[in-house]
Amino acid sequence: MEKLLHNIIEFLPSLLKGTQFTIQITFFAIIISTLFGFIFSLCLISKKRYLNKPVRIFINIIRGTPLLVQMFYVYFVLPDIGIKLGAMEAGILALSICYGAYHAEIFRSGIISITIGQWDAAKSIGLRYHQIMSRIILPQAARIILPPMGTSYIILLKDSSLASVITVRELTRAGQLIASTTFENLTVFTMVAVIYIILTQLLNLFIHAMEKKYRLK
Amino acid sequence: MIEIKNLHKFFGKAHILKGVHLQVKKRDVTVIVGPSGSGKSTLLRCINRLEEIQEGEIWIDGENISSTSTNVYKVRAEVGMVFQQFNLFPHMNALQNVTLGPILTNKKPKKEAEHSAMELLRKVGLSGKEQTYPSQLSGGQQQRVAIARALAMQPKVMLFDEATSALDPELVGEVLNVMKQLAQDGMTMIVVTHEMGFAKEAANRVAFMDDGIVVEEGPPKEIFDHPKTQRAASFFSKIL
Repeated sequence: MEKLLHNIIEFLPSLLKGTQFTIQITFFAIIISTLFGFIFSLCLISKKRYLNKPVRIFINIIRGTPLLVQMFYVYFVLPDIGIKLGAMEAGILALSICYGAYHAEIFRSGIISITIGQWDAAKSIGLRYHQIMSRIILPQAARIILPPMGTSYIILLKDSSLASVITVRELTRAGQLIASTTFENLTVFTMVAVIYIILTQLLNLFIHAMEKKYRLK
Repeated sequence: MIEIKNLHKFFGKAHILKGVHLQVKKRDVTVIVGPSGSGKSTLLRCINRLEEIQEGEIWIDGENISSTSTNVYKVRAEVGMVFQQFNLFPHMNALQNVTLGPILTNKKPKKEAEHSAMELLRKVGLSGKEQTYPSQLSGGQQQRVAIARALAMQPKVMLFDEATSALDPELVGEVLNVMKQLAQDGMTMIVVTHEMGFAKEAANRVAFMDDGIVVEEGPPKEIFDHPKTQRAASFFSKIL
């Protein structure tokens, strides 16, 4: 028991350091992937072929390849064409593009679920496209978008562990390093798992607060 | 005031409006009747440019609103529209529904917009419902909020697209009364409706549409009692 406590106290600082990286990657990837997803979804619902076709093809490519391969691609292949990114930035970019593709479909499903009558009414009082989107469509679509979006954010958080393969010392990698030198696999990976659970629960709280905000009156 | 010349509208290959001619004078209340699928709703949607037209012209107050150089947002702001399904914004209360257009499109200060909105809600008999959300209102009340929302833009003309068709029978009267009041106040109105009572009582012109054209147009009494065409006669014999 005493040894366990001692181990926990010894491992905690470097695991927390890793947690900090995990939070950073997740935070930026959530914001950027949400932005990508929204922009992609506007292209997808556009009637203009030069907007919806290329984005549709791009999304199919992204959804058709493993995130792990995308990580390698961003970190090892992009430098060949002159785009050099640090491990952290590469991890954030790969996650953002990959989840941007999924988020595009989530946004799209929310936007097309709003009846055409809402567009008609908003147009009939002279509103512009961006006003209709921001004032009429998105506030209503949020109710439909948020539950699957929340799930997606949680998967994104866990998938940030894949950045370990491109040398980012995030939580999983930090755990691996400790385990490989101390052989305290049970303790280390249980601690890692518990930290992930705490992070995902915090994310859950945030999502639920958002869902409450957009609940139907 | 409104002049529609040789209006054609296609949805893909389907030819919906096949050369509509119609004139509406200022303060006219024109009721458009006709079998379903005859293009009545499409015609209204063309007048505030919710639909693009393929041929012909629509003139409002001496301006060709169907030309590509016309500011489509300005046209829509000047032409009020009331829909069959109300289409209120469910995430906004009655007051917000009515003030949104004036604030965003007409750039009115919020206080001023709210003041006029409350006046309009009173006019349609909904004083005290300002903070109520659409889901807590009856169909008739929702449609009256929708009328107030359209009036708040101070439109030159009001279009009613089967405004009472989705209402329970006992709620139709309250909406028709508001429409009659508007007509008495001198609003120029184009009304697509199946309420022949309203046509007889409040309209000064009736246009009968069939198969994408205005077949007959004239004062209600003349159109209803002495239709010139076989098509109109057979339609009225079924519904009157």
